[in-house]
Amino acid sequence: MNAVIGHWSHENQKRVEAIIAAYPQRRSAIMPLLYLASLEHRYVSEDAMREVAELVEITPVQVHSVASFYTMFKKNDVGDYIVSVCTSISCYLNGADDVLAAAQETAESVASDSDDDVAVISVEHVECIGACGGATAVQVNYELLEGVTPERAIALVNWLSDTRPEVVLADEMQQLFGGRRSFDWGSTESFGATGPVPAFGPYGSAQEGR
Amino acid sequence: MTDTILTTRMNAHPSDSHTISRYLNTGGYQSLAQALEKMSPDQVAEEVKASNMRGRGGAGFPTGVKWGFLASGTPRYLVVNCDESEPGTFNDRQLTERDPHQLLEGIIISSYALRVNLAFVYIRGEYPKAARRLQRAIEEAIEAGYLGQNIRGSDFSLDVVIHLGAGAYICGEETALLNSLEGRRGEPRLKPPFPAVEGLYAKPTIVNNVESIANVPWIVTNTGDAYAAIGPERSSGTKMLSMSGHLNAPGNYEIVMGITWRELIFDIGGGIPDGRKLKTWIPGGASAPWFVPDEHLDTLVSFDDVAANGSMIGAGAVIVMDETTNVVEAAHRIVRFFAHESCGQCTPCREGTTWLEAVLKRILDGKGRHEDIELLLDISDNISPGLKWPPAMTTICVLGPSAVSPVTSITRWFMPELEAMIAESEVAVG
Ligand SMILES: Cc1cc2nc3c(=O)[nH]c(=O)nc-3n(C[C@H](O)[C@H](O)[C@H](O)COP(=O)(O)O)c2cc1C
Ligand code: SF4
Ligand code: FES
Repeated sequence: MNAVIGHWSHENQKRVEAIIAAYPQRRSAIMPLLYLASLEHRYVSEDAMREVAELVEITPVQVHSVASFYTMFKKNDVGDYIVSVCTSISCYLNGADDVLAAAQETAESVASDSDDDVAVISVEHVECIGACGGATAVQVNYELLEGVTPERAIALVNWLSDTRPEVVLADEMQQLFGGRRSFDWGSTESFGATGPVPAFGPYGSAQEGR
Repeated sequence: MTDTILTTRMNAHPSDSHTISRYLNTGGYQSLAQALEKMSPDQVAEEVKASNMRGRGGAGFPTGVKWGFLASGTPRYLVVNCDESEPGTFNDRQLTERDPHQLLEGIIISSYALRVNLAFVYIRGEYPKAARRLQRAIEEAIEAGYLGQNIRGSDFSLDVVIHLGAGAYICGEETALLNSLEGRRGEPRLKPPFPAVEGLYAKPTIVNNVESIANVPWIVTNTGDAYAAIGPERSSGTKMLSMSGHLNAPGNYEIVMGITWRELIFDIGGGIPDGRKLKTWIPGGASAPWFVPDEHLDTLVSFDDVAANGSMIGAGAVIVMDETTNVVEAAHRIVRFFAHESCGQCTPCREGTTWLEAVLKRILDGKGRHEDIELLLDISDNISPGLKWPPAMTTICVLGPSAVSPVTSITRWFMPELEAMIAESEVAVG
């Protein structure tokens, strides 16, 4: 392996090797590597796609074509926190449109009060995130929060803006802002997301928080 | 009589059902030991076949029969589908987060039966906790000698790799999933060849749903016949149902099929909040044609009874709508989902779903025209000729025809409401 790996941190360099080794064919490593790249830069840059192409030995155009197929590979900087509000059927039936509007308005007002170039919090609407029994469902950096009302959405966005948690923990958010859940979550978990990338150890942002 | 198979441990031990210590002291990995020590791979497969378990991922194809199609040759793969993205479904998430070792033991036993040495679990990117829990379970199982090289001193070895999706519902379709796992765009493949013959890396591959695989340890310990004896014929075993929408008690319920929809919605799901009336429900996820109280409350919850009434159990998502629901908006939400998730390979699906969404939107925006109803049905017929369920397939996968289900449901059951909405706009426009 002789790839240009200028963009990877030392720690991620080791993860790159482990990821590629996990699959019978290098190309399978594209998605995990794109996640790893998002972790370093908060989104998938053109440079990152070139590097991934080199690592898996295909063309940058091919990597581009794969990256553009999947909505979770962001092509521009989404800031530190991506708040995803589900507005699919079951959440819609339970008032998701109002939750989305509340989250968007709050994020806008928080952004207009700051002088950051890139908004710290971006709000998006997403299709079903598999928490329909706890409608309305929201994720922050893909960590789940269930039973969200417009009031709770406002409180959540303000809290993110005020406290800027280093690790986003589902259990912490659920305790502070959540309502009914799809099912009992069992014991609390102390691993969460350190950026807008799914918090999964081998190539995501999982880190122990509070 | 067995009430629960899959949720027994998590119900009894809510705080630590995901740990290996709890798993081991509640009988965990005993089925694996039994399979490795006392059964040949074929004997395990025979038990699964005898169970008559139908796949839990949507199509309801008997798992044992599917396994029988696995072509010879190595390497061969098992791929477990935890992409769970159809609106209304959330039971695979619970099974994976709350009892990951049960799923993992199922994967190990199934791999033994199928003579597979490398298995993948494709987990949707929005389920990082499920991925973390399963990854931890994999590490614990390796440490305890239930996974890895020469498992429990046998000559059977297995690696399990988690692959995270990245936000594309279509990757739940098994051949799209395989493309995604190969590092390609998640576009469904033309079948045949079926994955059992040419799957991952063009090698023989079995794709099964999480819930299907999670049942395997119980089947091995208790026998396939015992599983087959639970519930109605051809709907054997228990089924996880995800219940959501306008319900007092939404959630996942593991039930024995054969009860009525009335019992399911009003007893198990707790009925409709604030005494409002039931208007309609979707018996099997966003893809499924809708049911209505006048016709279907006494229909049985089973694969065959639902199919006989023109719909499906699918992946087991029940979405309940009360009398306050604007069914045109509800249909629009679902159509919007499919339009967004269409991979674009087939023209009727790509263009048709976009059109359906646009026409429904214009009706909702008060700009509907009388011809729109016919237009909706025309577009629908173009995607799904004859408007039947199960559909006459002219597209590569069933996503296209699925987008038609909400449209035919509202035109079938709620035509006066749709017409009234359009009439109002026509008056307004003058
Ligand atoms: C558009 C589409 C999406 C699907 N999504 C899923 C899914 O998320 N999970 C799943 O297990 N099966 C899904 N399926 C069904 C799979 O193609 C496949 O039949 C299933 O995983 C096989 O598992 P089973 O035999 O255990 O049911 C989907 C099918 C289609 C057409
Ligand atoms: S039916 Fe739709 S989603 Fe399925 S392969 Fe064709 S275009 Fe893609
Ligand atoms: S519909 Fe919102 S989480 Fe499923």
